[in-house]
Amino acid sequence: MTLSDHIARPGASAEPLAPPTSPALPPVIIDWFARRGWGAHAHQIEMLAQARRGRDTLLIAPTGGGKTLGGFLPSLVDLLEHPRPPAAGIHTLYISPLKALAVDIDRNLQKPIQEMGLAVTSETRTGDTPQSKRTRQVSAPPDILLTTPESLAVLISYQDAARFFRDLRCIIVDETHALAGTKRGDQLALCMARLQRLAPACRRVGLSATVAHEAALLDWLSHPDRASAALVRGDPGARAQIEILSGVDLPWAGHYGLHAAERVYQEIVAGGVTIVFVNTRAQAEVLFQTLWRLNDDNLPIALHHGSLALEQRRKVEAAMARGDLRGVVATSSLDLGIDWAAVDLVIQIGAPKGVSRLLQRIGRAGHRLNTPSRAILVPGNRFEVMECRAAIAAVEAMELDGDPPRPGAYDILAQHILGLACSAPFTADALYAEITSAAPYAALDRRDFDDVLSYVEDGGYALRAYDKFKRLFRKQNGEYEVAGPRVAHRHRMNIGSIVEEPMLKVRLGRAFLGEIEEYFINGLEPGDSFIFGGRLVRFKELREMTAIVTPGGGDAPKIPAYMGSRMPFTTYLADRVRTMLASPTAWEGLPDQVTEWLRLQQWRSVMPGPDRLLVETFPRRGKEYLVAYCFAGRNAHQTLGMLLTRRMERMGYGPLGFVASDYVIAVWSAKPVTQIEALFDEDMMGDDLEAWMAESSLMRRTFRNAAIVAGLIERRIPGREKTGKQVTFSADLIYNVLRQHQPDHILLRATRRDAASGMTDIGRLADTLKQASGRILHRRLDRVSPLAVPILLEIGKESVYGSAVDDLLDETAEDLIEEAMHGLNDGPLHGELPIG
Amino acid sequence: MPDAAPKTQTDPEPEIRLNGARLTPDISGGLYWPDRRTLIVADLHFEKGSAFARRGSLLPPYDTRATLLTLEAAIDRRRPERVICLGDSFDDLGAADRMAAADRTLLARLVAAQDWLWIAGNHDPTPPADLGGQVAEESIVGPLLFRHEAFLRPRGVMAAGEVSGHFHPKALVATRARRHRGPCFISDGRRLILPAFGAYTGGLFVTDPAIGALFPSGFDIWLLGKRRIHRLPGSAVLR
Repeated sequence: MTLSDHIARPGASAEPLAPPTSPALPPVIIDWFARRGWGAHAHQIEMLAQARRGRDTLLIAPTGGGKTLGGFLPSLVDLLEHPRPPAAGIHTLYISPLKALAVDIDRNLQKPIQEMGLAVTSETRTGDTPQSKRTRQVSAPPDILLTTPESLAVLISYQDAARFFRDLRCIIVDETHALAGTKRGDQLALCMARLQRLAPACRRVGLSATVAHEAALLDWLSHPDRASAALVRGDPGARAQIEILSGVDLPWAGHYGLHAAERVYQEIVAGGVTIVFVNTRAQAEVLFQTLWRLNDDNLPIALHHGSLALEQRRKVEAAMARGDLRGVVATSSLDLGIDWAAVDLVIQIGAPKGVSRLLQRIGRAGHRLNTPSRAILVPGNRFEVMECRAAIAAVEAMELDGDPPRPGAYDILAQHILGLACSAPFTADALYAEITSAAPYAALDRRDFDDVLSYVEDGGYALRAYDKFKRLFRKQNGEYEVAGPRVAHRHRMNIGSIVEEPMLKVRLGRAFLGEIEEYFINGLEPGDSFIFGGRLVRFKELREMTAIVTPGGGDAPKIPAYMGSRMPFTTYLADRVRTMLASPTAWEGLPDQVTEWLRLQQWRSVMPGPDRLLVETFPRRGKEYLVAYCFAGRNAHQTLGMLLTRRMERMGYGPLGFVASDYVIAVWSAKPVTQIEALFDEDMMGDDLEAWMAESSLMRRTFRNAAIVAGLIERRIPGREKTGKQVTFSADLIYNVLRQHQPDHILLRATRRDAASGMTDIGRLADTLKQASGRILHRRLDRVSPLAVPILLEIGKESVYGSAVDDLLDETAEDLIEEAMHGLNDGPLHGELPIG
Repeated sequence: MPDAAPKTQTDPEPEIRLNGARLTPDISGGLYWPDRRTLIVADLHFEKGSAFARRGSLLPPYDTRATLLTLEAAIDRRRPERVICLGDSFDDLGAADRMAAADRTLLARLVAAQDWLWIAGNHDPTPPADLGGQVAEESIVGPLLFRHEAFLRPRGVMAAGEVSGHFHPKALVATRARRHRGPCFISDGRRLILPAFGAYTGGLFVTDPAIGALFPSGFDIWLLGKRRIHRLPGSAVLR
């Protein structure tokens, strides 16, 4: 194929192309393509054409389709055609969500620059960049700088930001789809708004995977004062080949997919280089162990997840890049990341959870364009079979899911405002205009803005106590400026929007294995064993912030159940599964075990339909069960469980506990629930929700995150490391006091906004209850229904909630009363003289 | 709707016996001594919030008010004749001057309404003189001795009837369904340490060696729940 073939083909732009301007490549670059025997992709040429028109551009293309070069090509051409004075600032800024990706892209970019013989410099700047190099970068900026949103936010906060960025011509946002709609995306959007002020001519370029909400992503990328960004599509590549692993017995419950481990191993043996994706780190650990037990061929199979030590992960990634591995068991830690052309097969164990997520994972295989990605889905249970089917159908129809980017968060806005004050003074009006030019904050109310600004200034408290301790000073002319270099220094040390769970290091002898959530270690007693980093270890003791472990042994490890690694399945997929359940014609091709199970449900109870909420109640072993088929995802169900048990307590049903999955929630109680409609009434989202929010540990965690991001509590204080534990505790205390004395404080409002999604998913729960209102279908049964069996089997495996803390503590006290209370501690009634 | 009757609380309040005295731990974190009509509180840490603000963390400035309101409620509930504050009542020597006028007024009113004793602590070696009340390093009342920090004696000499604060004891306990962490009283029948009372006071786990050394032959804890206090043996404590 020659280059002219490509040029002749107009790019697959969403809008009609303007009369072809001449997008011709400079000879140097044409030669380079020719020498390599390549031609430029149509979308690369189109990117260049849009750049020449000065348009912001969003490139949507699968990985491996020359997307990165598409992003950089216009900058290389511009640098070639318009040589710059030696003291010029940054020309092109590239932002990646991952440090490792920025480094990898830099390496891939250096190559063509050298081969073309261009006098273009490119450098990375991340948290790992040495101080000397950072200082030098500021005095002598490279043409192209590759960085992350956090490092960009630090750069923006410097006093010489204006000089550093004044020559900026282009911002490239890689993996735009993964950033838009997150707090990191909010931060980046705010930084782009500032860059636009420093360098008005600067263009924005987004590189994205295929997404459900293209228009929303275009809005996110565009500057409001300019025409909306142009959309350029890359070649979609060959259609992925996805199948469901068949011919294995399907368990009723569980997500681990261990029943299929033998078959998974065989697929790795036959399939070449394979990534086995799982949904949780615990699952990764267990599957990895199981595969190695089966690994008679001694295939090099590795493990990769977010808790492993960074060096260990880098080693695995490097081995994969060299082609030394045959398989890697991974969590979402490998969803994004550097491009490995050599992956032959992707196996997804357990529910896919979302169509877009599945596509992203599948896209890790067969990165050579025109080679179809091959993937095998391994459902962990019967419900997951339907979820897999629904996901495959959606992939075939190219219907993607995911939520459009939500409005910007307040906590990261507060952080950004302080950063701007560190850089240069501003007036409130000019700042408001700048902030609302960032897409996530386009609809930001002036009063909310003023409250955030007031929070940054002195805490924004109704009780004006902190005049002496302000972070911002107001000058005579009304401008705000940072209160001093100490405030600025502290601010820069705390930039970022990712707040980690408090973590402890895990050490085995001298080896550092990785980090684990503190709450998990808190639950262990010395001698308990668990699987970590692919080996069985035994907890010995806690030394400061390090958990000391010894080699395991024994038979029953406590499996790490990591926090936050369980995402709920998408509403889109939920709707597809519901529809499938309701229409028996769609059951064709399902495994016999599954169709039999569904028929049995029709006979014993009824199928949950797409527009009614099925609630079953039945007695079992002296307890009363209620199972609601809400299909609202695990997080919303958890919240629902908390609210339902509160109401049931009040209504006198004596709730005992609940358990939630992505599909259903089951609650058990002493008495049968009769008033179903009243129980599920929407007014649950009023007082009950309020009362729950006051106590909920999830709300406290949400508040803690907002408080850290907004700089109320610091992650790090110069010269004094604050441990995660202390931060958690004080955030709790602040939450209580603030709720009591200033319930409308901006940080509590920020917490509520965050709680609408995420771990509490209150927004999705509210939608579900609204839809169910007046459409509840109650079936009173004499025994458990077939469809309810899986969730009942989860009891005992999943955390079970219920009962007020005082009752639980009483119960514990009673259990223990016999054990240790033999008068030892009850002093005599007559005393002795107090000895001081 | 069959609204359930509120759970009737028939259980007697838990009691701590210390060197012959019968003491009632209060859900506020205070300790009531009915025989002497005395309420004891430890580690109020007034103005801890503004102390942080001075160092750059602008915490909500409501901690003093919150602490005072809890204290006032405990006083209304127990109606003591005497209040003993076991030291670290003020977060630092400048704390009283930073108090909001309304908070100072409320505190002065409480101090004036009953017999009030400030025990000196390490944060407030000289509690402010202008707020009323008496000041002491320590105080002996009948079988009990009140001081800020438990005194670790040489081997063989046991403290009898010592009541102190300083350590902010807290504990982590497993129940059937989940873990609960909270402030607690800790005692072996000879000495008693109170939880910190202040709204912004964190805690030290009772398994910490600093606390363990004070209770060589074991201890029980009285753990603050949401509405009630729960007595548990030291063996039930995870941390």
